[in-house]
Amino acid sequence: MIGIEHYVVVSSILFVLGVLGIFLNRKNIIVILMAIELILLAVNINLVAFSAFLGDLTGQVFAMFVLTVAAGEAAIGLAILVIYFRGRGTIAVDDVNRMKG
Amino acid sequence: MIQLLAFYLFAAIVIASGALTILARNPVHSVLWLILAFFNAAGLMVIIGAEFIAMLLVIVYVGAVAVLFLFVVMMLDIDFAELRAGFVKNFPLGIAVAVVLLAELVLGIGAYRAGALELGTPDGTAAPIVGESNIENIGALLYTEYLFLFEAAGLILLVAMVGAIVLTHRGNRAPRAHQNIGRQIARRPEEATVNTRPEVGQGVQL
Repeated sequence: MIGIEHYVVVSSILFVLGVLGIFLNRKNIIVILMAIELILLAVNINLVAFSAFLGDLTGQVFAMFVLTVAAGEAAIGLAILVIYFRGRGTIAVDDVNRMKG
Repeated sequence: MIQLLAFYLFAAIVIASGALTILARNPVHSVLWLILAFFNAAGLMVIIGAEFIAMLLVIVYVGAVAVLFLFVVMMLDIDFAELRAGFVKNFPLGIAVAVVLLAELVLGIGAYRAGALELGTPDGTAAPIVGESNIENIGALLYTEYLFLFEAAGLILLVAMVGAIVLTHRGNRAPRAHQNIGRQIARRPEEATVNTRPEVGQGVQL
């Protein structure tokens, strides 16, 4: 019998994989963005699973909003990546220090 | 029975492809594994009756976001071998953080199973109407209770679109020769064509 726990476990593992991806590929910002997408996917699975579990559609509506934000974030992130690559010819995020932050 | 099989299949593939997304050497392969992960996550959502979100996931993620990633990865000419230099160095720290995070999540799930905190029960305003499809239910909720949030989501998408265009648009740096419409219309056949008979070696004035 599949319970809510199964879904929570799957989304937990996916979330941890996303965080691990950020740590493992610290230089490659494209893979970091993909890892962020994995994290948001885990959040969406959680929202939808609890929405089905509780019989309350609010979770699915919010999963849609998360999807919206994820799409916007990917578009802006990749745009920043493209202009950074144009200026520097590399995307190694280790030596991003243009703003001296 | 088939639901059980489908759940374990989708769950196993989503986790495996998620792992391969972050471990693949080539970012193009990473994007393709990411697409597989999204497909199987959509399958996970379908089998609990959330088919609208599942379709949205396939359309938005696979159709737009993953293809955007693929385009960017292919357009930029990057030496990816150099970018993976810190992979081994970062491995212990990454594994440590991942283990701590997983332990926290397991603890959270265990606490949940031991008896969840009572945060109240759904009051029924967002309960799905029995007998109607998932899409109808979500639409009824989205266009009434969450109307302003829905429009804000549209606004976010608009801002993201404008931002991406503004960031990457280069303008026309070399101004093109402009069309002079008045001169074009005022042109007559008599002045447009001339008959010359140049001397040998003289050439013509254009």
